[in-house]
Amino acid sequence: MTSNLAPAAAPSGEPHIRRLIVIWVVLSAIGVALVVFALGPHMPPWTFSDEARDQRNINIMLAALATPVLLAVWMALVYSIVAFRQRGVAIVDGTPIHGGGRLEVAWIVVTTLIVVSLAVAGTAALFGTTKGAGGGQGPDPLAVPHGSLPPLQVQVIGQQWAWTFRYPAFGGVETTQIAIPAGRVIALHVTSLDVNHSFWAIRLGVKADAIPGSDNVAFVRPRRPGSFRIRCAELCGLWHGHMFTTGLVLTPAAFSSWIRRQVVANAAATRTLPPYSTHYFPEPLRRAG
Amino acid sequence: MSDVAFEQHAPRPAAAPPWWRRLIGFNLLAASALGIGGWFLGHWVGTRITIGMDSQLGTDQNDIATFMGFLFAVSGWLIGLGFLNYPLGRMLGRPPSLREKEEEGPGRYFRLCTDHKVVGMQYFVTILLFFLIAGLNAMFIRAELLTPKEKLWNANQYLSLVGLHGTMMLMMMSAAILGPFANYFVPIMIGARRMAFPRLESLSFWLVPPAGLILLSAVALGGFPTGWTGYAPLANTARAGMDAYLFAFALIGLSMTIVGANMLATVLTMRAPGMTWTRLPIFVWGVICTSVLMVLAAPVLFATLSMVALDRTADTSFFLASAGGSPFLYTNLFWFFGHPEVYILALPGFGVVLEILPVFSRKPLWGYRLAVAGMLGVTLLSFMVWQHHLFVSGMNADLRPFYMLTTELISVPTGFIFLNGLGTLWRGRIRFTVPMLFAMAFFSNFLIGGLSGVFLSDVPSDVSTHGSYFVMAHFHYTIMGGLVFALFAATYYWLPKMTGLRFNETLAKIHFWGMFVFFNFTFAPLFVAGMLGMPRRVSVYSSSLQGINDFVSVSAFLLGLSMLVFLINLVYSTVFARVPAEANPWHSRGLEFQLPTPIPVRNFERTPVIESGPYEYGVPGAPPVAALGRPAVAGGGGSSP
Ligand code: HEM
Ligand SMILES: [Cu+2]
Ligand SMILES: [Cu+2]
Repeated sequence: MTSNLAPAAAPSGEPHIRRLIVIWVVLSAIGVALVVFALGPHMPPWTFSDEARDQRNINIMLAALATPVLLAVWMALVYSIVAFRQRGVAIVDGTPIHGGGRLEVAWIVVTTLIVVSLAVAGTAALFGTTKGAGGGQGPDPLAVPHGSLPPLQVQVIGQQWAWTFRYPAFGGVETTQIAIPAGRVIALHVTSLDVNHSFWAIRLGVKADAIPGSDNVAFVRPRRPGSFRIRCAELCGLWHGHMFTTGLVLTPAAFSSWIRRQVVANAAATRTLPPYSTHYFPEPLRRAG
Repeated sequence: MSDVAFEQHAPRPAAAPPWWRRLIGFNLLAASALGIGGWFLGHWVGTRITIGMDSQLGTDQNDIATFMGFLFAVSGWLIGLGFLNYPLGRMLGRPPSLREKEEEGPGRYFRLCTDHKVVGMQYFVTILLFFLIAGLNAMFIRAELLTPKEKLWNANQYLSLVGLHGTMMLMMMSAAILGPFANYFVPIMIGARRMAFPRLESLSFWLVPPAGLILLSAVALGGFPTGWTGYAPLANTARAGMDAYLFAFALIGLSMTIVGANMLATVLTMRAPGMTWTRLPIFVWGVICTSVLMVLAAPVLFATLSMVALDRTADTSFFLASAGGSPFLYTNLFWFFGHPEVYILALPGFGVVLEILPVFSRKPLWGYRLAVAGMLGVTLLSFMVWQHHLFVSGMNADLRPFYMLTTELISVPTGFIFLNGLGTLWRGRIRFTVPMLFAMAFFSNFLIGGLSGVFLSDVPSDVSTHGSYFVMAHFHYTIMGGLVFALFAATYYWLPKMTGLRFNETLAKIHFWGMFVFFNFTFAPLFVAGMLGMPRRVSVYSSSLQGINDFVSVSAFLLGLSMLVFLINLVYSTVFARVPAEANPWHSRGLEFQLPTPIPVRNFERTPVIESGPYEYGVPGAPPVAALGRPAVAGGGGSSP
């Protein structure tokens, strides 16, 4: 059926494949260079903390790897569309190839190698310098930072629909704004009083779910003074979208005086608070009326 | 058995009864009446038995009465359709029958009918309707997001819209390809005359309309604030709209379990002689894998939702940390269903596009065995990855490298499907029919969905993107860009066979290009919004993101418009133009296209004998797929009657 109907220039594989590979290599080189050098410096979540910088580096790496893959599949699609298009109404059969053993094996090996090395890179980042890459790691994390100074402990308490913060090293004082010193590892202990929330400070490179009854620890080391936005990242009811606030990173000296002012200003309130604990159980939940 | 099976095909009485007489009986009308009546009766009973009950005091809504209402309503609906007639009849000693109401005429579409082709059409229309409603909700959401402050909807309305859109879509799309197309074509493709359990098949469909309507009733019951994931303990505190979500989604869980079991039984036991496992159309393999997931995952959903229902009605505390329960229990149970669910959505799409590509490339499917291995690999791995939804939850933090690895490994078998697709196109004779356009767009879209998934599976990257619009863009690329594009590919490919009518090609191409372009315009920018810090499920966002959001909203409206083009085409082609389609408009080798249009009630005159695989395009000397005229042979994987 094919032989008498096929046009003179019956497509054969070799020149197609060579042409495609050349185009792909050139485009990928350009694409990866653009991702790394043009996009890279602007890639979220930027470099405000060690954790954010780690995440940014992984994002750049993944984007750089995704570019050639994206290009390969797109090009194969577009090339097929252009080169193997059948115009007119005649129904002509293509070349009956059922598969290609070597190509299949090569594809399996290459894709497996890529994803396993990705998983290794991700795991290395989890246990690397930043210990957990800014994510919530539960009550007793495997990866704990060791430094000259022990981490400064700050408790983050989520409740419908606000964040409060407690500083156990300073008499358990509770504040409505968070401030942390730059250049030091902070251990954020995240918990909730009612439903699930998630503490997300994108510039700080931190996300940790706030779950009632649980103590979720995330480590972060901000690199310089500045401010960061906090948003709730887990749907927690009506005013979930309004559960945002701004936090501060201060120089160590400025932090000392800030926390001293908080301790004094909140002294009366601190006495009425329950003692510091990894989690709290207020009144049982009730159905909204 | 065959003598019993068709005894219902008695000759019609000569004089037709008056029109109103034909409306009385076990049909949609009776079902609606009994369903509505059941709601009031159930609610009344529930109110009576809860008088003075502590758990229902202090709230303005009585959850027990609400659940009783739903339960009675669904029971009434099923009784009205006649689902009790057969079991009751058997108890009274009536003879067994295999099939019911397999007649001609439009009436069969409005009642319990065990013809799998009727069930397929019923599914198609119903799912399309609910898809449009859910899509309309998306338009309402995007309208609100035109401005960074709350404008159009209040907080409760907005969250309910998001929840309704997401839940409705996932409820309906879970069966979007299995319901209409697998029910219609799987028996035909394997050379059978019916499904293994025709009555259960009908039941799986008739559970869908009440599920959709009950979910919509959440609007009247105060909405629900949890989105489609229904996280407890938030769900424990929500108003009665939550009960609607729980009951509706559980009904769909039930329906999915039935569909899966039925499909598996059908393919395992009813293949025609000669239909070996390597001759099975790849679409049927997709259905098999989806069914395995449905049978294993959907019951978990049912159990999970029941536990929330118990927390809300019987004062248990499965999910309340303050009373000894655990919120982690909910998230783990939910995602143990939830991740297989996303492959319940994806696998039928893989099957459809791989089924369509060979037809329009005029080439055998490239790497058939690899495709099957890919689907089986996805099926297996999809049960081992669920905690990637909980990377920052503080649950099992030390297991994160394991879940990172399994999640990334799943892209290996998924990659097979891409190799199959590209290999099939390569050196083919590609014809750009509308089904082919949708199938090729599937690959482009799913590729972006899959690559963004690699970001999310990498824990450090997920720490910044989890719960953000990045996730939202990712799953729309896989579900809408994947499943829904495959759904339209299937629709344009098979509907002409189902209706015997042709689509208007120009309108279809406008639909495709509109949908393809505006789909990408709608969702690609949302990756950026997510990376810049916009969380999901909020109507208040940073004003610096307004530009992106306005662009997305306008694109979304145009995307909605392209759906309208489809609807117009559907109505125009089937009601007004009515251009008849040939029996095999695509010159496909598929067994379903070798049958006349309309396909006879009993599908095959004789049990077909399968002679070769379905994709042997261009293979010299390949026989036709099946000998349809030959007398049935005894033995083999026969499908009598
Ligand atoms: C017409 C095209 C569509 C548009 C414009 C659209 C738009 C949206 C928007 C704006 C949201 C809310 C995002 C948020 O605030 O978190 C959303 C959520 C969602 N959509 Fe779509 N969508 C479309 C189609 C679909 C389809 C076809 C499906 C699935 C089959 C789907 C499934 C979902 C799900 C599961 C959610 C999550 C709801 C939740 O957060 O609980 N959408 N969509
Ligand atoms: Cu929240
Ligand atoms: Cu998942």
